[in-house]
Amino acid sequence: MTQTPTDTPRRDEWPLWEVFVRAKNGLEHKHCGSVHAVDARMALELARDLYTRRQEGVSIWVVRSDQIVASDPDAKPELFDPSADKIYRHPTFYRLPAEVDHM
Amino acid sequence: MYTQAMDLIAKEAGNTTPATAEPEAYQREFDAKIDRGDFIEPKDWMPEGYRKTLIRQISQHAHSEVVGMLPEGNWITRAPTLKRKAILLAKVQDEGGHGLYLYAAAETLGVSRTELIEALLSGKAKYSSIFNYPTLTWADVGVIGWLVDGAAIMNQIPLCKCSYGPYARAMVRICKEESFHQRQGYESLLVMMREGTPEQKAMVQDAVNRWWWPALMMFGPPDSESVHSPQSMRWGIKRVSNDELRQKFVDATVPQAEVLGVTLPDPHLKWNPERGHYDFGPINWKAFWDVINGHGPCNRDRMAARRRAWEEGAWVREAAEAYAEKAKRRATTHPTAA
Repeated sequence: MTQTPTDTPRRDEWPLWEVFVRAKNGLEHKHCGSVHAVDARMALELARDLYTRRQEGVSIWVVRSDQIVASDPDAKPELFDPSADKIYRHPTFYRLPAEVDHM
Repeated sequence: MYTQAMDLIAKEAGNTTPATAEPEAYQREFDAKIDRGDFIEPKDWMPEGYRKTLIRQISQHAHSEVVGMLPEGNWITRAPTLKRKAILLAKVQDEGGHGLYLYAAAETLGVSRTELIEALLSGKAKYSSIFNYPTLTWADVGVIGWLVDGAAIMNQIPLCKCSYGPYARAMVRICKEESFHQRQGYESLLVMMREGTPEQKAMVQDAVNRWWWPALMMFGPPDSESVHSPQSMRWGIKRVSNDELRQKFVDATVPQAEVLGVTLPDPHLKWNPERGHYDFGPINWKAFWDVINGHGPCNRDRMAARRRAWEEGAWVREAAEAYAEKAKRRATTHPTAA
C-alpha cells in the first residue's frame, strides 16, 4: 500500500475480491458478489458474513478482482458468433425416426 | 464481474475501444439491447447518462440501506424479549449487507467505494426520506417492518428486472431477505394487537398514524412531477411508475390493516369499485421536500451518527491494515514453518 505524502489518514482503497460460493457439495462454486478486504483471510471472513447468513453455502472462494482476466466485450462477434452457424453440433440437428428419437 | 480493475487489464492489454468505432453504432446496439430486454453488463458500452443515472440511483439506494440501520438500531438494546432482540439484530445486519451488495454494484460502474462513502458523509448524496423520522416506541420497529419494508419491497421487485445486470442481481438477493423483514414486523404487531394491553394496542395505532404518510412518500413525487422518470423508464432502470407503485401498496396494505385491527390515518381512504382500487387522500408534498432537503425530524442526527461511526471506526481500519502488513512481512521473513 502506498503512503500518502500528507498527514491525512490513508484513504487508499482496500483491494476488491470476487466471492464464489458452493451452495452444496455436488454443485460448482458460483460467483455471488464482491468484498473489499485487506487480505485473503479478511476477504473470506467478510464473504462468510455477507453471503452465507442463511445457509447459502458450504464452501467459499475469494479471488483478487485484479487477477481475473476477462474477454473484451468488443471481441464478442469474433469470439462467439462463429458458433451460431454450427447447428450440426447440437443433437436436435439430426432428424431420426420417431421410434428411436429418444436416443 | 464486479470489478472496475478489469477495465485496467483490458487497457493494459491494448484491448481499448477501436479508434474507428462509431459511437452511433454503439448507441444503436445499446438501444437494441434495451428494446430486446437484454441485460447490460459492466464492461458493455453504455451512454454516459445511463451510467450516471445508475450510479446516482444505486448509491442512493445503498446509502438508504446503511442509514436505515439507525432508526431500528435504536431499539436493539431495548427489545422486549431475547427472541425479538435476535430478530432485530439479524434484520439490521441484513440492512448493512444490502448496503454492501449495492455499493459493490455501483462500483462496477467505475466509481470507488471511498467516493461513495464520502458523498454520503459530506451530505452531497441523498438517501431515502423515510429514515429521517424517529422511532419513538417499540411499536415503531414492527411498523417499520410492515409498512416501510413493505413499501420497499413494492419498489424493489420491479428492479429485479432492471436493465443493469449487477443491480438486478443485487435486488434479487435483497428482495428475498426483505420478505423476512416485512413478515417479522407484521407478526410482532399482531402479537401486540391480539395479546397486548390497551396501552400496547394504542402504541401500535400511534406508530401506524405516524408512519403511514411517510411510507406513502417513499414512492417518490407524483408521476406528473417526477423529473427523471421518463428517461429511466426508457432505459429500463425503472419499470413501474411512482404513482402506480403507491396505489399497489395502498391496495395491498388496507386488508392487512383490517386483519391487524388498526385504522389507517386517512379519512379519504375508500374502496372505489369503478377503478378497482382504494382512493386515498392528498399527500403533503411540502413535508416530503422539507425532509429531502434536510429539514426532517432526524436528518442531522442520522448524518452525525454516520460520521461518528466512520471516525470512531478509523482505528479498526488502520489496525486491519497494519495486521495485514505484518502478516505479509512475517510470511516473507519466516517462509512457512510447515
